[in-house]
Amino acid sequence: MANLIEIRDLSKVYERGRQKVEVLHHVDLAVEQGDFLALMGPSGSGKTTLLNLIGGLDLPSGGSISVGGERIDRLKPGALAKWRAAKVGFVFQFYNLMPMLSAQRNVELPLLLTKLSASDRKKRASIALQLVGLADRASHKPAELSGGQQQRVSIARAIVSDPALLVCDEPTGDLDRQSAEDVLGLLRALNRDHGKTIVMVTHDPKAAEYANHTLHLDKGTLVEQTVAA
Amino acid sequence: MKFLHLVWASLFRRKTRTVLTLVSIIAAFLLFGLLDAVRTSFAQAGQSANGAARLQTGSKLSFIQTLPLSLHAQIGKVDGVKNATYANWFGGAYQDPHNQVFSFAVPPNYLDLYPEVAVSEAERKAFVETRTGALVGETLAKRFNWKVGDRVPLQSQIFPDKQGSKNWQFDIVGILHSTDKKTGGFFDQMFLLNWKYFDDTTPYKQGTVGWYVTRVVDVNQADRVAKAIDALSANSDHETRTQTEQAATASWMKQLADIGLIVGSIMGAVFFTLLLLSGNTMMQAVRERTSEIAVLKTIGFSGRSVLAMVLAESVLLLVLGGLVGIGLATLVIPAVSAGSGGMLNLPSVGASSWALGVTLMVLIGVLVGLLPALSAMRLNIVDALARR
Repeated sequence: MANLIEIRDLSKVYERGRQKVEVLHHVDLAVEQGDFLALMGPSGSGKTTLLNLIGGLDLPSGGSISVGGERIDRLKPGALAKWRAAKVGFVFQFYNLMPMLSAQRNVELPLLLTKLSASDRKKRASIALQLVGLADRASHKPAELSGGQQQRVSIARAIVSDPALLVCDEPTGDLDRQSAEDVLGLLRALNRDHGKTIVMVTHDPKAAEYANHTLHLDKGTLVEQTVAA
Repeated sequence: MKFLHLVWASLFRRKTRTVLTLVSIIAAFLLFGLLDAVRTSFAQAGQSANGAARLQTGSKLSFIQTLPLSLHAQIGKVDGVKNATYANWFGGAYQDPHNQVFSFAVPPNYLDLYPEVAVSEAERKAFVETRTGALVGETLAKRFNWKVGDRVPLQSQIFPDKQGSKNWQFDIVGILHSTDKKTGGFFDQMFLLNWKYFDDTTPYKQGTVGWYVTRVVDVNQADRVAKAIDALSANSDHETRTQTEQAATASWMKQLADIGLIVGSIMGAVFFTLLLLSGNTMMQAVRERTSEIAVLKTIGFSGRSVLAMVLAESVLLLVLGGLVGIGLATLVIPAVSAGSGGMLNLPSVGASSWALGVTLMVLIGVLVGLLPALSAMRLNIVDALARR
């Protein structure tokens, strides 16, 4: 299987006042198309920074990142935003839904950036909600949904524009065990049945078990790789 | 348009705060509509086709200085003058000093120069033949429930009679009707008394008049005629200044107060306060949506589209409140005019006022939204998501 993500000699340095903090040191990584990768490590190890760089939310201080053959570290902010809209879906720990919009409208958000008609946007959002098992909650606002349901709405929003890559930052970090398992099962189904490549940051070893591989980071360096049994 | 629901939802995310801000905007634009009507009313005073053909001649020193009656015949002979008349300010009040009445002492030919004021021939004849006769505007008559045949007392704020009393008695002999209510509403509030009766009765400034009114043959010759009239009194102790009716009215009102400056100052203060108030609302609204804006940018909204959405939100806020405010003004103005018993005759909010109002709404909306929009555009996604 070809690599979807290729990272070479990646470094990231943050400046905090006069201090420079090197968060990632010369990381090399390849993620195959259709893979499900978990990133683990202690707090401050650089896993979220690596995820942000893969998702095109931040730019590296050194090295390169190619996703689907495109050097995203060379893209300008406007082009990077367009790239994110078309190629990546994001799932956050705290769901980050718009509280004033219904589930349906939240899922439709990424489609506002496309040329789809209103009826097509609605149709696609309905399909995405159906896929995550929330077709009957389309008109509900986030405050009217449980945490697990909100996270499933956020997954529907992430997949509605059919991106090849999903980046998930602690998707189960705010959920109870049962809801976490539902969400992880959903992510695994998206990976296995729909071919989505998933990169997931997690602290939870049980969550990492749903992935095909687990990479461990420590102090900005990849230290270990575990392959699922 | 496809972003409208998002902008709308963001605007009403905090309903109470948005509604309170909207109420402030509505109040500001209601005030704008009312004050602009006042300004327009003053600006329109004296502006009519008939008014353009009339000149007013008053003392060059001050409008309270009188002029000799002898000028009347001389003005009538100036080349280009069709006819001339004169008037004195009487300064009457009815029953209570607060009930001011626009009262003037005029000669029999006064109404010849005002074709926009209708009165029956019989009533006009009665005015000429009745020494204490008075012609009153229909709005004024309605205000005090006067009718032809009534004897009404007026107290002059300035002129006593020969016994020193300022209480005068008049017999109403006719009702005046302005033929153009838009520009001639003032005539419906006038009280005309006989100049001869006035001049014979008061011991002050006898044989003098407050101002002359001249009707010119050709409007295009008005400037030349005005100069010729002023030349009659040049280097005398009663030098005159002749102006068009519009200029004279504006000058007279300016001596009372600069309405444009007053209205402009009030509106400036109101809109400056509005700028701070709605600016604060927008800053708060955007600040508390930091993570939501970060999510929008994460899923692909560009910095410019975020900027445009925040600006659209603030413009929408101002336009919503502004339209309701000016809309309310259009409803309130006729009620204010009616409620004043004819003292105020405010024009309704015209197209130019609407255009100015909408321009102000958009301008203030952009100004108010600019800072929060720029900060939203520059928002760093990673910092915002990490709530740094």
